[in-house]
Amino acid sequence: MPKIKPEDLAKIKERTRRTLILREGSGRAKVTVHMGTCGIAAGARKIMNTLLRIIEEREIDDIILTTSGCAGLCSHEPMATVEVKGTAPVKYVDLTEKKIEEIFDQHVQKGIIVKEYALGVGSERTE
Amino acid sequence: MPFRADVLICMGTSCIENNSFEIRELIQEEIKKHNLEEEIRLVSTGCFGFCDAGPIILVQPDGVFYQRVTEKDIPFLVEEHFLKGRPVKKLMYTPPKEKVPIPKLAEIPFFNQQILIALRNRGLIDPEKIDEYIARDGYAALAKVISSMTAQQVIEEVKASGLRGRGGGGFPTGIKWELCRHAGEERNEVRYVICNADEGDPGAFMDRSIIESDPHSIIEGMIIGAYAIGSHQGYVYIRKEYPIALDRLNTGLEQAREYGLLGDDIFGSGFDFDIEVHRGAGAFVCGESTALMASLEGKAGVPRAKYIHTVEYGLWNKPSCLNNVETWVNIPVIINRGAKWFTRIGTGDVSESPWGGSKGTKVFSLTGKINNTGLVEVPMGITLREIIFNIGGGIKKDKKFKMVQTGGPSGGFLPEELLNLPVDFDSLTKAGSMMGSGGMVVGDEDTCMIDMAKYFVSFLVTESCGKCVPCREGLKRMKEILERISEGEGKEEDIELLEELGFILENGALCGLGKSAANPVLTSIKYFRDEYEVHIREKKCPAGVCKELIEYGIDQEKCNGCTLCARKCPTDAISGEQKQVHTIDTSKCIKCGICYEVCRFDAVYRK
Repeated sequence: MPKIKPEDLAKIKERTRRTLILREGSGRAKVTVHMGTCGIAAGARKIMNTLLRIIEEREIDDIILTTSGCAGLCSHEPMATVEVKGTAPVKYVDLTEKKIEEIFDQHVQKGIIVKEYALGVGSERTE
Repeated sequence: MPFRADVLICMGTSCIENNSFEIRELIQEEIKKHNLEEEIRLVSTGCFGFCDAGPIILVQPDGVFYQRVTEKDIPFLVEEHFLKGRPVKKLMYTPPKEKVPIPKLAEIPFFNQQILIALRNRGLIDPEKIDEYIARDGYAALAKVISSMTAQQVIEEVKASGLRGRGGGGFPTGIKWELCRHAGEERNEVRYVICNADEGDPGAFMDRSIIESDPHSIIEGMIIGAYAIGSHQGYVYIRKEYPIALDRLNTGLEQAREYGLLGDDIFGSGFDFDIEVHRGAGAFVCGESTALMASLEGKAGVPRAKYIHTVEYGLWNKPSCLNNVETWVNIPVIINRGAKWFTRIGTGDVSESPWGGSKGTKVFSLTGKINNTGLVEVPMGITLREIIFNIGGGIKKDKKFKMVQTGGPSGGFLPEELLNLPVDFDSLTKAGSMMGSGGMVVGDEDTCMIDMAKYFVSFLVTESCGKCVPCREGLKRMKEILERISEGEGKEEDIELLEELGFILENGALCGLGKSAANPVLTSIKYFRDEYEVHIREKKCPAGVCKELIEYGIDQEKCNGCTLCARKCPTDAISGEQKQVHTIDTSKCIKCGICYEVCRFDAVYRK
């Protein structure tokens, strides 16, 4: 490692940012892929891999990608929930690799909800 | 590939003791088994502070907090949560008296009522990675200081923040720095900055935890201090019993040197500074400034009288500035966010002088009869009640609160009436206790104040260096008197004698250890005098602790002859047939209290 100058701190910070964003939970948006048994059987893994690939290829560092269990609507799996910070979460159903890419471009990146794939806005109430 | 989850495993000493190393290995294996290596990342972090709940795992970005994880939980955990995305309820934290577990760390009362300045990176970064520290604005304060501030400006900022020494003395840090710089300039001498990491209080572990989870924050604080004071050599005096902290500190120092943050020409500014680590040998008194410096010089660690301060004549008779670990780690935050921001937290008004209040936060280690044992960082001015009952989760087994001792072995005992006391330097001193380094030991209704006072006085007797008479002889006499009282041999005049000895210690001892050593005894008399009187006059111990004053017996009405107590008795003092009333032979009884603990029918009594 070479000796650093004050201006190098920002570069190191930038480089390590992506590592810490997960831990701080400070992403601009969060995409949750529902990966219960039903989801996995219906191809949720492919959806996951597609998202991971997009994030990798485009060097995106402000999106949190995570998984959760079955969303309760097994016949419409694979499903994913997109939550842009400050707006209500949107559930997308019957996903394919192509659909999720479109959702990523439109909703996650531009904030435009892709209505034709969406199930509805919001989440169930929890106790 | 980016990761979709970070699994943060606590690698603090306490969790390591409970197998967190093995747990990490197992998780790694299971992750591999499920082909999740490229999606889930394992991160070792420093202490989370909630040591009672260890081993601890935090899963991010979900924020799910797992506690008391064992090796056999791992395969299920990895498959359920990491593969299928279903957080595992049975490993979540359930507060005492409640039934529903809390999934998220941010919602657990222990965590969400804390304000983190000193512990800002705990459970968040890998302490062995300098880049992660930098990503959390690490070394930005140093860059700011070196490229845009004069030494005097740094000192003014620290003074304006009202920061006072976190090692217990509460001396304003900025003033100390100014005095040290001034002494060095006046005599044209080299100056030293020293970090006191000789944490010796029983039950206190904040310094250890800070070094283990965020070593660079100390290094950065010290470099800034050195720049302000005009020092080129620093020392960390760390206690020998902290091997993990020592390792991480050394790793941190090496990384900082490689980046040119230590050594010659820091940040290309022409400023030189380096830090050397010195391990203590386990003497409590070496946490005292003059004893610590004597020990650093290779001499016996004994204090000297302080009519000449160490900021003028300290290590090798040069101007030396000694600050505690927690003080140093506050510095980068004060520089980054400004003194004004810092003064918004805490009590009093420091606009005229740093003596005017207690600003910022303080880290406390909560131990004793409290539900959530661990490390907490709270704003100054919070009440004892909030710390003990809201964050600490109250008293174990729903027993009654009796006292809290703040400030380590020479801190005072505070009773229930003072639970609403705001915790800051001046309020605690006024109540007869002290901030100390931040130990907080809680006692319940089964705590005997004479026994507690005896315990701490005994500790101080063994740790007294023996240089001055009041401490060497006075403490021994106090211990004898307390022993006498606890054995039923107390005399009416003993209380006054203890008070007199305490007065002599306070006023006649050489160093801080001796001066404050009588605090436990004096406060126990001040707030629990009736307990002394019962011990002396009635020869009874109300809490049932002093062995010579209690007797165990079995209630004939309640005993149903289950034989459990007889089987557990180590001296075969209990006899009785099955389903018949049992009796205790008091001549054989050693009063260990096991029968009392094991009886399920409340039949064993103590009087």
